Amino acid sequence: MYNFAYQRPSSLSEAIQMSEKAEEGLFLAGGMTLIPTLKLRLTSPSALIDLSDLADLKGIRQEENILIVGAMTSHAQVAAAPEIRNMLPALSDLAESIGDPQVRNRGTIGGSISNADPAADYPAAVVGLGATVQTNSRSIDADSFFTGLFETALKLNELVIEVCFPIPKRAAYIKFPNPASRYAVVGVMVAEYEDDIRVAVTGAGPNVFRVPEMEQALGANFSPEAIENISVSEDSLNEDVHASAEYRAHLITVLAKRGVAAII
Amino acid sequence: MTMKVTLNLNGKVVSADVEPRTLLVQLIRDHLGLTGTHVGCDTSQCGACVVHVNGQSVKSCSMLAVQAEGMVIKTIESLAATEVLHPMQQAFKDHHGLQCGFCTPGIIMSALNLVAINPSPSETEIREWLEGNLCRCTGYHNIVKAISAGAKAMKV
Repeated sequence: MYNFAYQRPSSLSEAIQMSEKAEEGLFLAGGMTLIPTLKLRLTSPSALIDLSDLADLKGIRQEENILIVGAMTSHAQVAAAPEIRNMLPALSDLAESIGDPQVRNRGTIGGSISNADPAADYPAAVVGLGATVQTNSRSIDADSFFTGLFETALKLNELVIEVCFPIPKRAAYIKFPNPASRYAVVGVMVAEYEDDIRVAVTGAGPNVFRVPEMEQALGANFSPEAIENISVSEDSLNEDVHASAEYRAHLITVLAKRGVAAII
Repeated sequence: MTMKVTLNLNGKVVSADVEPRTLLVQLIRDHLGLTGTHVGCDTSQCGACVVHVNGQSVKSCSMLAVQAEGMVIKTIESLAATEVLHPMQQAFKDHHGLQCGFCTPGIIMSALNLVAINPSPSETEIREWLEGNLCRCTGYHNIVKAISAGAKAMKV
């Protein structure tokens, strides 16, 4: 890997200042994607700004009907948190399905969504649960956070602080994992709220997306049968060595049905 | 430009001057001379480099040495201070849990993290936990048996 300067701020404001001053700085969260990317020399930042001392960015809390997860909370912590298991078990299941134990011990929710890997799991939770992403300067709605392949609405020197998940009546995350990497070939989050139903798909397209036809059909009749004839066009879906676009389109409907079946 | 990193390695406070890009596994092997921790894939998939960082299993090829500043690191060398093996090591010997042995240190460190969380893991739980460890001799069956036996022996 190319060399870089290493900085370890002790406060959020210091972290932002370091990023502003760096010629080409990158925030380092868990490093589970960034460090392998550096090793492959796919990126060469002038400085890495390690967020691991920012205690304010770690932890889980509940405010009324909102579950708030700090950006530097690890997947293992989300998977093990009793309050998440009680209030939003779909999120526990999702976190527990990421990578392997060592990846879950280091990887963080903030890092995952900022990286916006098309096959990552957390984007399905952010969009499927209609979360709000809180940064150091503003709140971003889930529907406008992910903007493309590895692209988000985050601006230069902007940092995710926490993710706020409204607690649904019921929700399920079902994924078809790549057997080697455990990345989602396709993953679907289905969630029912008092006045809203959301279906979000990760792994299938350049970035996470909702399926409005399924959401409407489930609004009229919350059952697997209601969506069995609804499919997403394969035209805009990913095609790679792991799965064809046609197969991914098929999986979306199958997994969405399983998600609904899991919670009725 | 190098930076000084000080950490607790297997109960001893040690320091080294490293570049920011030095990986934790390079610090352990090349700077501090403990070669029990292996580098298999170097792409954070195989788990041969698993060590404990503040009690949690971590792939040391995917963490920077400078990130370990002030942390407690345990490697395979910490398990048996004398000729007497740790119960998990003994179980791997008894159950033929290793063939070439290359993946073994990482698997044992990973297994000890599992046992710390779950003292009586089922076969399914052991197999799921080993998602991050590859054995290219494909000796998983005996590895699973060894971890199960090791976990039982650790309770005695």
